[in-house]
Amino acid sequence: MLLRHTDKEIKERVALTVNPAKTCQPVGAMYAALGIHNCLPHSHGSQGCCAYHRSTLTRHYKEPVMASTSSFTEGASVFGGQANLLEAINNIFSVYNPDVIAVHTTCLSEVIGDDIPQILAKAKEDGRIPEGKYVIHCNTPSFVGSHVTGFSNMVKGMVQYFAESSGNKLNQVNIIPGWVEPSDMREIKRLAREMGISTVVFPDTSDVLDAPLTGKHQFYPKGGVTIEALKSAGDSIGTIALGHFASAAAAEALDAKCNVKYEILDLPYGLLATDRFIDSLRRMAKVVVPESINAERGRLIDAISDMQSYFYGKRVALFGDPDQLIALSEFLVTLNMRPVYVVTGTPGKKFEEEMSRVLHEIPEAKFKQAGDIYLLHQWIKNEPVDLLMGNTYGKYIARDEDIPFIRIGFPILDRIGHSYFPLVSYTGALRLVEKILGAIMDRQDRDCPEESFELVM
Amino acid sequence: MKVLEGRKKQVFRKGETPFEIDCEKQSLAGSVSQRACVFCGSRVVLYPIADAVHLVHGPAGCAAYTWDIRGALSSGPELHRLSFTTDLREQEVIHGGESKLYQGLIQLIDRYHPKAAFVYGTCIVGVIGDDVEAVCKKVSALKGIPVIPVHSEGFKGTKKDGYKAACTALMRLIGRGRTDGISKYSVNILGDYNLAGEIWIIKDYYRRMGVEVVAGITGDGRVEEIERAHGAALNLVQCSGSMNYLAQLMKEKYGIPSLQVSYFGFEDMAEALYGVARHFNDAEMMKRTQELVRDEIQAIYPKLLEYRKALAGKKAAIYVGGAFKAFSLVKALRLLGMDVAVVGSQTGSKQDYQLLKELCDEGTIIVDDSNPLELSHFIREKNVSLFIGGVKERPIAYKLGIGFCDHNHERKVALAGFVGMLNFAEEVYQSVMSPVWQFIPRPKQSVPMGGVQDEYSRTANP
Repeated sequence: MLLRHTDKEIKERVALTVNPAKTCQPVGAMYAALGIHNCLPHSHGSQGCCAYHRSTLTRHYKEPVMASTSSFTEGASVFGGQANLLEAINNIFSVYNPDVIAVHTTCLSEVIGDDIPQILAKAKEDGRIPEGKYVIHCNTPSFVGSHVTGFSNMVKGMVQYFAESSGNKLNQVNIIPGWVEPSDMREIKRLAREMGISTVVFPDTSDVLDAPLTGKHQFYPKGGVTIEALKSAGDSIGTIALGHFASAAAAEALDAKCNVKYEILDLPYGLLATDRFIDSLRRMAKVVVPESINAERGRLIDAISDMQSYFYGKRVALFGDPDQLIALSEFLVTLNMRPVYVVTGTPGKKFEEEMSRVLHEIPEAKFKQAGDIYLLHQWIKNEPVDLLMGNTYGKYIARDEDIPFIRIGFPILDRIGHSYFPLVSYTGALRLVEKILGAIMDRQDRDCPEESFELVM
Repeated sequence: MKVLEGRKKQVFRKGETPFEIDCEKQSLAGSVSQRACVFCGSRVVLYPIADAVHLVHGPAGCAAYTWDIRGALSSGPELHRLSFTTDLREQEVIHGGESKLYQGLIQLIDRYHPKAAFVYGTCIVGVIGDDVEAVCKKVSALKGIPVIPVHSEGFKGTKKDGYKAACTALMRLIGRGRTDGISKYSVNILGDYNLAGEIWIIKDYYRRMGVEVVAGITGDGRVEEIERAHGAALNLVQCSGSMNYLAQLMKEKYGIPSLQVSYFGFEDMAEALYGVARHFNDAEMMKRTQELVRDEIQAIYPKLLEYRKALAGKKAAIYVGGAFKAFSLVKALRLLGMDVAVVGSQTGSKQDYQLLKELCDEGTIIVDDSNPLELSHFIREKNVSLFIGGVKERPIAYKLGIGFCDHNHERKVALAGFVGMLNFAEEVYQSVMSPVWQFIPRPKQSVPMGGVQDEYSRTANP
């Protein structure tokens, strides 16, 4: 009864967030930057921010996470952080020797008003940035948006700093995968390869945050999108941005800068969203979908048909990040389940618009942007659900209300596997339905009376 | 490997370089430091007070990153495990967050009826200039409970300054309660965080000795106990980095003497009990203590010898927050027959490092405020098989293909007390001896037939 303090009665709370369903922008920017090859993310603020973000990412991905900090002091908060950042650039290039330093701001450097482009121009002028090396940046004020916003801002920064248009179109497609696992990025690349399409996937944390154990600590593991690839993104035939919240801004920026047309799709979780993704790839690259992919789709539908009777009518509560929730809710509806409560901590009207679209057949559904997990718990207390899906913080509700729980999203601090097995594509959807069915059936086995405890289900 | 010019004096090799270690410095800008901030320090110290409301005044991040991440267990209320934040947005950054703070506090106190409330200032509060003190005062007067501001703005120093801010906040609670009925043989436990239930083990030892524990200030904490902590006869201070300051303040104000203790390893654990018995100068108590120590060690020692057999001669690296913990670890590892080849801390003082130097063998590397690049290099250089550290160090150890023990707040079994020594030995044993390490490619130098030099690759430093 850890959450014994949750009240059933729902009152307006304006001044207080209890058990937040989000965290702040910089951690998202740090994760995105790790998806650039040979890049060191740099936190321009106090030391604690960097330590917290590294710890959180380490706990989730179970990998070393390298990032540096401007180590603000009281002096910097009065006189500005320029001296710290200039010194940091020197130290980083001389000791850690990355190809790129990706600077993101923090609430502190935002409020004191550090002008990062001006500081970087000065660094360039002073010759602090070696030939062939880059320092990029994005603004990530922690008091605006959420971690998803920070991710989006850094991806947009990649476009603004690197994408070029040479005038010669290249036969390749840009894919902005959104805030998904390294395994998902790997799967997205596999799908495109299977269709014979060349891609630039950015960011790409596969082979960075799921690196094999070799007995060496690679400060910069081999993965990550290369600078060359990022530059060439301006010459691609088109961009597919997966997830409105995490990826749209970069796609729009690339169109504005290099005139690369784009499509914004849902994250390819589940059948329909994957269909749209494959179709969009097909049209953009003008290829035929190979039989192997149709077969993957067929296997998924086959599995769903085997399971459908167990899914029918099950009430599900979900929380986490908006792009994930939109796609996942749609898939649950496809499975004939009822996603009745959906909460994201990330603010944005778009979320509520999309959820109205996806859940128009579920009249009892409630959803909220800029909500918290306390509210979700209150809804569940008022009318229970059969299944809860969300990040690790859902475990308190799952235990207190005794609800089957599937971990999905960020952060997952108490299980391993999310960085290895994808959830995107038909293959990922298979894993999802396996998890859902397992959770429901395990519960039935646990709770049913002995006389109806059945071997064959 | 390249050590940053400005960091050269923070690395010392016993017997090879003259001892002039530089420490208690701000980390260099641009370093991949393992350190945290002032807010982190304060949050850690006050977090285990389980019947208080802990409200983080700032954007949601600072609250989200510190939500229930420390296994500081409570035997009763668990209010400390929830996450409360004023979740400051752009509007408050411009117009100030005082009204949001006021409303938030009122709602929290009405809803949870806590015994006290702590309000943590974050970086942004320090810059936008909210008068947190005034808001707290107003709410306190209205609601009749202590509402205490913690001046923990992240940039105002190091994690150590955060400890100090927490100690200052604690002093506002201490002294409020009645002290009648407290035994003349009584102590407060400072700097044990009740990770995995450790303070319960320690309290039981003192109870068996006939010593009353008035307050576990930083472990399984309660507001009312802390309010009467000034009635104790002695303060026991573990984790010197965080709690020396409170002991000093309590000595100045209430004249309570203090004793430095550590509950890790046989030697230090026994001394933590004997020291108390000596302080109270009671022959009966000393006798009970001797019996306790003998019984506890006898029960565990044979099993410990088995682990020692497997671990003897292997090398360990230690990188922890406070240096005081490192002393105990060096001794505890020696008890297991292991050699400490590398030892470092985030916040050690010059005196700490001097003591470490005396404790360690020739050739040991002693390092202050290190980073992953240096640590990986030292581990490879010294052919270490065990790394003891915290959350950010664990995956580095595994990547290098060696065992790891979390001696920080992510430990899952009690490592304090006599039984803790056995748990420690078991944890070290299972990790160091795990079959998985044999599947990892080793550098050529450790292959007996090789004769080829270490091919250790650091893409960061070609």
